[in-house]
Amino acid sequence: MASEVHNAHVESLALREQFDTEEQQKDASTLGMWIFLITEIMFFGGMFAAYTIYRSAYPTVFAIASSSLNVTVGAINTCVLLLSSFTMVMAVRAGQLGQRKMIVFFLILTLVFGCVFLGVKAYEWTEKYEEHHMPGQAAFHLEGTPLQGPAKIFFSLYFAMTGLHAAHMVVGVGLLSVIIFQTMKGKFSADYYTPIDISGLYWHFVDVVWIFLYPLLYLIDRHLPK
Amino acid sequence: MNTAAVQERTNYLNESYGLKSWLLTKDHKRIAVLYFITISVFFAMGGVFASLIRTELLTPPGDLVSSETYNKLFTMHGVIMVFFFLIPSVPATMGNFFLPIMIGARDLAFPRINLLSWYLLIVGGALAIFAMVAGGVDTGWTFYTPYSTTYSNSYVIATALGIFVAGFSSILTGLNFIVTVHRMRAPGMTWFRMPLFVWANYATGVIQVLGTPVIAVTLVLVFCERVFHIGIFDPALGGDPVLFQHLFWFYSHPAVYIMVLPAMGVISELVSTFSRKPVFGYGFVAFSSMAIAVIGFLVWGHHLFVSGQSLYAGLVFSFLSYFVAIPSAIKVFNWTATLYKGSISYATPMLYAFGFIGLFTIGGLTGLFVASLGMDVHVTDTYFVIAHFHYVMVGGTIMAYLGGVHYWWPKMTGRMYPEGWAKLSALIVFIGFNLTFFPQFILGYLGMPRRYHAYPDEFQVLHVLSTAGASVLAVGYLMPAIYLFWSLRYGEVAGANPWGAPGLEWQTASPPPTHNFDKIPVVTQEAYDFSKVAGEVIEVG
Repeated sequence: MASEVHNAHVESLALREQFDTEEQQKDASTLGMWIFLITEIMFFGGMFAAYTIYRSAYPTVFAIASSSLNVTVGAINTCVLLLSSFTMVMAVRAGQLGQRKMIVFFLILTLVFGCVFLGVKAYEWTEKYEEHHMPGQAAFHLEGTPLQGPAKIFFSLYFAMTGLHAAHMVVGVGLLSVIIFQTMKGKFSADYYTPIDISGLYWHFVDVVWIFLYPLLYLIDRHLPK
Repeated sequence: MNTAAVQERTNYLNESYGLKSWLLTKDHKRIAVLYFITISVFFAMGGVFASLIRTELLTPPGDLVSSETYNKLFTMHGVIMVFFFLIPSVPATMGNFFLPIMIGARDLAFPRINLLSWYLLIVGGALAIFAMVAGGVDTGWTFYTPYSTTYSNSYVIATALGIFVAGFSSILTGLNFIVTVHRMRAPGMTWFRMPLFVWANYATGVIQVLGTPVIAVTLVLVFCERVFHIGIFDPALGGDPVLFQHLFWFYSHPAVYIMVLPAMGVISELVSTFSRKPVFGYGFVAFSSMAIAVIGFLVWGHHLFVSGQSLYAGLVFSFLSYFVAIPSAIKVFNWTATLYKGSISYATPMLYAFGFIGLFTIGGLTGLFVASLGMDVHVTDTYFVIAHFHYVMVGGTIMAYLGGVHYWWPKMTGRMYPEGWAKLSALIVFIGFNLTFFPQFILGYLGMPRRYHAYPDEFQVLHVLSTAGASVLAVGYLMPAIYLFWSLRYGEVAGANPWGAPGLEWQTASPPPTHNFDKIPVVTQEAYDFSKVAGEVIEVG
């Protein structure tokens, strides 16, 4: 904190003028990202609240609608996302060690997994469109229940929640692209890799959201007695 | 400090020139000035809508504008005033300018994000203004479903997007403040040495960060219902429009505290400075801000007493709404106790502080009326509610805002405002305000509903009084706009500490240098310690 430290410390291009030390700067950036993630929890929270209310109001319709989703594809996508979290961790580790090539390697892997996830998601959405399960479609119809209204609500939530999640993935992919570019330009070292670290926090958060979305959307009927 | 020294000194205003140096600035003080200009424009726009509303209500029949136009007028008045003036008002201007200085920092933790948040407000405002120019929006600022999602033919999408974007401006400001207070305090600036204005803005930051995302996602859902025809709030599908009201008020009630908490922070500074005493019960006032931030999240259901919410939920929300009045009352009592045996000077900022305390007390107490289940059924959606929240928002927040602007004007600009004119305008604002809104309590109690442009003849006298008051209020608001502008060039040059106040912002030059202090201060005393103030004191009054 004390301003004398400033002079004693090695002058670095990465230290912005409002901070005294690099440690203070890293602490501030990390805290900032955590607070941003709290806002994200509240952001998704609104939709989770709506989900909770409608699922308790229409448990059976939700179970039937949920069983129309492709569990296998969803499970594969979950694995892809978990793998991407692993490679993200490895990228941060490489950052700590200052291994520039490894950072780029793992970030590109993370980016690829993220894109695979988005591709699979697009495939699933197309499938739903062809099955007339999109709420905006005039021909919307879900087999096995007379309650088409609540069925539409399930799919409204499905598209809104997975859509919002996918939008966050797209932002994450953009973020990673920038970080990869900056790493290749030699911006990061073992002394300064905060952007990789906090992008990692964001990436893991988006993964965790999916860990909640997957069972809530795909696995409902597995909770009901047959 | 003599005049020549002030003018030669490099400060944040004369460090560089040109539009680019302002539009790309990362200096929190310049960004605060950008905000100040922006929200003044929004305030003027909201004021024009308000004048049209009051002019229409001069006569019982709806003769000036059609009912459709009237719906758009009150909607746009609400949208502009709430989301583009009151929410950013104190934090984005005075908070932005003084929070870092008050804790002895060179800038906020994230200067670029700070600039980004201003641009977000501009983009959000542009979207909202586009909606208004294109044809307006008529849902009320509350966007209740299913009208907003299914039936309204006005520009709901553009307005909702505008508020969504402006919401992120507010989130980023709050985030920046929280991180700054945690990580950027000067050596010796412990938590309990921080000025209460900083505490108030910190508590506001917590609400901005936790509450705003919920309105954002709610507006996303409204947007999706209109564009993609999903049906989360659609009763035809088995959806629940009241869920929208829950989500909306989960943000919009705490948002009331986003609007008033920083104003309360300003009042703590003013009352202390102009009675030359530390704020009575510092810890209580600091924690009452935090208490308001927390309890404020648990009272939203009092907006739904007549929306088909269960009676038990209503009882709990009613109780909690009484409960949140306690920390507000603590503040009022402590300000009053601060005055006791203080050496009070009646400078303009203090006049506004007195105005705030009186009007906020009326606004707060009538809040208890509408928080009680039985009374609320009688006055829901009447002018009683309108009067209640205008006493808090206009009588409270705008009074404190103007008080703060006058108090810190010499610091921000290096010039004094003309004291005589300022006192006169404070008096006019106070009289005009009461004349505008007190009759509305009576109107509401007698049963005049809100959002109607025609009314029975027996209400005319009260409406004429209210419109007359609005005209007086308009004069009161126009005067500072003129003399503050005038003072930029012709005002008396202010010294570093014209009020003899102890805060860190008064220990640096007026206007402050770009990095706020020539040398980062080391804090060795409590807040509001007047024993060591060696500043010059301007004789007022």
